[in-house]
Amino acid sequence: MDTDIGALTIIFTEFYYWITVVLMFLIHIGFCMYEVGASRRKNHMHTLMKNTMLIPLVTITFFFFGWWIYFAFPNGPGILGGLISSPWAEPWNELMGAHMGGAPAGTDITAEDTAFWARINGVFWAAFLLFSWTAASIVSGAVIERIRSGSFWLIAVAVGSFTWIIDAAWGWHPDGWMVQLLGYHDAYASGVIHAIAGGAALAVLIHLGPRIGKFRADGTPRNIVPQNPWLITIGLFLIYTGFWGFYVACNIPIIDVQEGEGVFYSATNIYLTPTTLSAITFNFLMSLSGGLLAGYIVSRGDAFWTYSSGLCGIIGASAGNDLYHPIQAMLIAAVVAAISYKMHYWVERRFKIDDAVGAVAVHGYGGFLGVVVAGFMLWGYPASQKYDVLITPWGNFIGAIIMFFVLGFLPAYILAGIMKAMNVLRIPREIELVGLDLSEYAARYENEDDVNRAELDEARRAGVIR
Amino acid sequence: MSTGNFENWHGTMTDIGPLYPFVGSEMFLFIVGLVFWIGWHVLQWRMEASNYSDDLEILRSPDKMDRALKGEHVLRTM
Repeated sequence: MDTDIGALTIIFTEFYYWITVVLMFLIHIGFCMYEVGASRRKNHMHTLMKNTMLIPLVTITFFFFGWWIYFAFPNGPGILGGLISSPWAEPWNELMGAHMGGAPAGTDITAEDTAFWARINGVFWAAFLLFSWTAASIVSGAVIERIRSGSFWLIAVAVGSFTWIIDAAWGWHPDGWMVQLLGYHDAYASGVIHAIAGGAALAVLIHLGPRIGKFRADGTPRNIVPQNPWLITIGLFLIYTGFWGFYVACNIPIIDVQEGEGVFYSATNIYLTPTTLSAITFNFLMSLSGGLLAGYIVSRGDAFWTYSSGLCGIIGASAGNDLYHPIQAMLIAAVVAAISYKMHYWVERRFKIDDAVGAVAVHGYGGFLGVVVAGFMLWGYPASQKYDVLITPWGNFIGAIIMFFVLGFLPAYILAGIMKAMNVLRIPREIELVGLDLSEYAARYENEDDVNRAELDEARRAGVIR
Repeated sequence: MSTGNFENWHGTMTDIGPLYPFVGSEMFLFIVGLVFWIGWHVLQWRMEASNYSDDLEILRSPDKMDRALKGEHVLRTM
């Protein structure tokens, strides 16, 4: 902060991430609208509150330990080394609050680092936090109308503040072991957000079981029609809008990327390798378009799946959208969206999985395929400027397995399995049949009747009526 | 007297450091925050279980389930 260019760079970066946070907030509004629109009338309020309350729970736990995990876990720990000292991310550190710079008491952090983190820590934390909300919210949509809220919120904390941020430390950090050893490349989080959340959703769904009435006696699925398609439409448009913030938050806006002599300022991806905002703008819109176009055809014009395929298209191209040509992004998006759509119905019929919003397909299969495709498309590209390692199909394939199964599916399967064994994962059958909101509505009508009676009494006392 | 680390904005900015009051209480605040978080889950868990228990008691009494499935608001009003 002691030179003009240094101060401008830091304050610009601070403002940049702050804007991304505001934009990404729209993703969560979209998810809430989407879920409520997809749920039946008898479950609206519980569905809304289930998603809403993950906001404070993931926020405070991401403050308590999620942020620290990102900086402390790039080595595994135990794969390339131990925990990495990250004092600025410890919840009791001075830099986890309003700060003007200067060395904090009791840590070995340098004055230069302090000047940086005093400005960036809060907005960078929040940008990652909004990714955390997204990860937890993806699981939320799949399990509507029959999961206990308290159980879901524990799963949300596990995914939003623990497992996803471990995968970010491993494969979405310039020094992550997956980057160093596998050349893992996943620039806009096909795997690190979407595959892991989709994998977790699938694991919970296996234990949770389908909604009552979803499958006929012969095993064929019924279509539980979304209650409010317009709310879903607005919700998905808001998710698209918030995705702009998601994309730019995956970048670092301005860094000198020139090695040796000379200066060359550029945006970079999270791995600190160069890209441009123009590149990701091209590719975001072209992959959205590819997904929409393919989704419309494979779903025969179904609005729900066309919108969802637009989202799936972006997710399918995201791993390489820092480097793809826009037409490549469009084609990859179209293919990934079509495959994910087909897989949703195949898994539904074959394994009786009731994914209410298609989250496992859009995020899980779409994200997994996106990482795998990037391994082939970007084969031989440098995965890092700092380490001498190349992107490979096998590196990204192993990475996709780690994201979807090891960190996504497995922990959620164990956690949901424990809850199921304790009989606290699913709501009681009677409550599911009559609807989660019946108690609230009954109390509400009772209150309205009570107020109506009071008004009539007052009118009689005043002589307005007899 | 100030609850913060400074009483004016003069001098070197980096010497000010933290802007929030009661600097030095961070670990205590962290522990209080953890207790608040875990306590919330415990209270919510009990509240949800109690609500389901009350509702089930009503729904399992004669004819209430039929009336509820027909759209009557039978819970917590009977």
